[in-house]
Amino acid sequence: MLEIIRNTNIDFMGKRKFAFVFSGILSIIGIIAIIQVANGRANLGIDFAGGTAIQLKFTQPVELHAVRKALEEGGIKDFDLQDFPAVNKVLIRVKKSEQQLGKSADIITGIISQKLPNNQYVVDSTTEIGPKVGGRLRADAAQAVGLMTVGILIYIAIRFKLNFAVGATIATFHDVLAVLGIFFLLGREINLILITALLTIAGYSLTDTVVVFDRIRENLKARLKDPVETVMNSSINEVLSRTIVTSFTVLLTSIALFFFGGEVIHDFSLAMIMGVIVGTYSSIFVASPVVLLWRGKKPLGKK
Amino acid sequence: MKKNILWRILFIGFTILIAVVFFLPNTPLFKYMPEWWKKSMPNKGIILGLDLQGGLHLVFEVEGDKAVETSTDRYVYLIKDMLTKKKIQAEVKRNGLNVEISPSSPEIASAVKDGYPILDTVSSGQALVLKISDKEATRMKDSAVDQALETIRNRIDQFGVSEPTIHRQGDNEIVVQLPGVKDPKRAIELVGRTAQLEFKLVDDESPIAAQLPQAVQPGDEEKVLAQAADKIPDGDEILFEKKVNRETGAAIKIPILLKKQAALTGNLLSEAKVSLDSRFSEPYVSISFNAEGAKLFDEVTAANVKKRLAIILDNTIYSAPVIQERISGGNAQITGSFSMEEAKDLSIVLKAGALPAPLKMLQNVTVGPSLGEDSIQAGTMAGIIGTVAVIIFMIIYYKLSGVVADLALVLNIVLLFGAMASLNATLTLPGIAGVILAIGMAVDSNVLMFERIRDELRTGKTPRSAVDSGYHKAFWTIFDAHVTTLIAAAVLFQFGTGPIKGFAVTLSLGVLINLYTALIGTKTVFDLINSRRDVKKLSI
Repeated sequence: MLEIIRNTNIDFMGKRKFAFVFSGILSIIGIIAIIQVANGRANLGIDFAGGTAIQLKFTQPVELHAVRKALEEGGIKDFDLQDFPAVNKVLIRVKKSEQQLGKSADIITGIISQKLPNNQYVVDSTTEIGPKVGGRLRADAAQAVGLMTVGILIYIAIRFKLNFAVGATIATFHDVLAVLGIFFLLGREINLILITALLTIAGYSLTDTVVVFDRIRENLKARLKDPVETVMNSSINEVLSRTIVTSFTVLLTSIALFFFGGEVIHDFSLAMIMGVIVGTYSSIFVASPVVLLWRGKKPLGKK
Repeated sequence: MKKNILWRILFIGFTILIAVVFFLPNTPLFKYMPEWWKKSMPNKGIILGLDLQGGLHLVFEVEGDKAVETSTDRYVYLIKDMLTKKKIQAEVKRNGLNVEISPSSPEIASAVKDGYPILDTVSSGQALVLKISDKEATRMKDSAVDQALETIRNRIDQFGVSEPTIHRQGDNEIVVQLPGVKDPKRAIELVGRTAQLEFKLVDDESPIAAQLPQAVQPGDEEKVLAQAADKIPDGDEILFEKKVNRETGAAIKIPILLKKQAALTGNLLSEAKVSLDSRFSEPYVSISFNAEGAKLFDEVTAANVKKRLAIILDNTIYSAPVIQERISGGNAQITGSFSMEEAKDLSIVLKAGALPAPLKMLQNVTVGPSLGEDSIQAGTMAGIIGTVAVIIFMIIYYKLSGVVADLALVLNIVLLFGAMASLNATLTLPGIAGVILAIGMAVDSNVLMFERIRDELRTGKTPRSAVDSGYHKAFWTIFDAHVTTLIAAAVLFQFGTGPIKGFAVTLSLGVLINLYTALIGTKTVFDLINSRRDVKKLSI
């Protein structure tokens, strides 16, 4: 039997103070990120903020500063660039363009053709989003997160007890906040794809938590005399290897996506990688301690 | 027991067969299938999303207020006409969406009320202010969206796009999806232009006409309009003709004073086709009016010989030729230095008819075919590498049982593609990510079971009872874990746009199929191993 971890006896619950501080910081960063997003001070993707994005595929390697200079000379303001040197691609994003939709993309390609005449290109993709759609997508995203929370709470409350539901929901929220916070700190774009990743992370991190909770519930029934904290600790230790192995396989595929999946889902894969790691951490260090904290006076064993 | 296993194996084999049949159209093999197969067996398979095959996703808002505005204009004209006939002196004009009649009198009020019950009185006093009733305005806006939808459909049909999707969204929006379009700019132009064709008489008699500048540079139109604003006679307007120099390609704009009221409009057309000018071999569009239009055209030309008649499309004058003689055939030409494509598109939009109101573009996502190919390649690459990594890891960690899990994984992938093909689901790039993530999650169930079996083996159980109780105990954990992912996928499906919906579909299908392969597939293999002989040791 090949085992990464065997018969561990780590006092996870005893480290909950440290975990709470660490997770608290992560969550606060996440909350700050949400406030900044709501106030439009974060690096919002054009799908939320409105604007134009064009991805160009050049025939020869292209210098980012040459593109920047060309666009500045062409009078384009408030744009940012991202390049994918391996495939000679450049992504140009112009936010909140005043131009009528349908025009700004033409203007940008016109400038590039004129200023960089020696480097042929094809337009890989053009995305133009008006302010109305941006606002609606923001509202939809907020609604989706709300729905998700309610769904999780209800399901876990049905299958477990309410304290478990609260623990699972807090752990899930923690993961979403942490990844959002890290993206915000890194100055990465917050867009529809990231929200998709966050919701997927929420669903997946819950999987890990459920595995742990399941074992706790089982052990609580069997070991009525032991203190809850001890039962939780040994349950986490018992399922530690499967928690890590299941996360590891998803991590493997996320990493494959990150390195080989192409530029369009690059950030999605990055978020997934972070989410899987944070989700594993939270199902061990956050979810159960929260249940312990929340348990009140009633015994946890019965359902 | 043995019979039971055989049935399960047959059942699994059967599902694989069905999956393959459904997925066949997506493989090159489908070409070599006999005709009857292509006709009567599943032949559609998985559809590639716009982001993978390239194409356009457009969202337009129908500016319904403009349709109401146009309608209000018509009532202004009708009321004016009625008052003139009744020999009542009053000024009638449109202000926003209101009709203003001043000075008002009880006589006017009752005449309007009788003649146009559709108009609601906003205020009366010095001036009578009316507007189209809210109910009627709502109906107009609504029907404008329906008409626009129909018109766009006609245009796209004639333009020739395979499998376009055109549908209404919400109150006043239209979504147009055009897969595989090579020239996005042209398609956007074709869908989005109003194509309101009008014939208006040129007002050369007014002294203002002579005072207008000969020609201005494009962009200076506003200036001309501002200068002439208060001098334009009542019932007239200024529009511009665009002239392009054949040699230099430089464009100039010629202001022309016109009668505001159109003598004839494009809704009376019966035919529009591209013809070639014999002198410059330049394409133009020749149009024919229907009977009513031809009669009107005949009357207008007869009454206005030696005057100029401007041909106007979407408020741009294409030409303003002098009427040499009465034209009775009901045929006319629209010239304007078109390229062949432009002329063809113009004929299409004229034939399909004008949009009842202008469209405002809200969203445009255009994906070139090369990006789609790159994405498919990258996705396939990531999928293969991810799968191989997981397969190798499982074999190293769980040995022979790992091989069983890997078989289940492969079964999972086959069934996932089969299920997607059977639903004719749309595969998008995030959808590919969903497939790959589902592969990573697919082995989760097996890991949960294997770890349980290991637990049971540690307590000293025989392999057979360890497998049975391991499965039994892991079942609800696996079930709960999958449901949580399904909740996430359901929310994503609810909220997402096209590509994200694709992700939700593949993820949820992946999770469901995973339940099947883990609970039926892997278990069958283990039962098979256990039933052969008395297994002493399980390779796990």
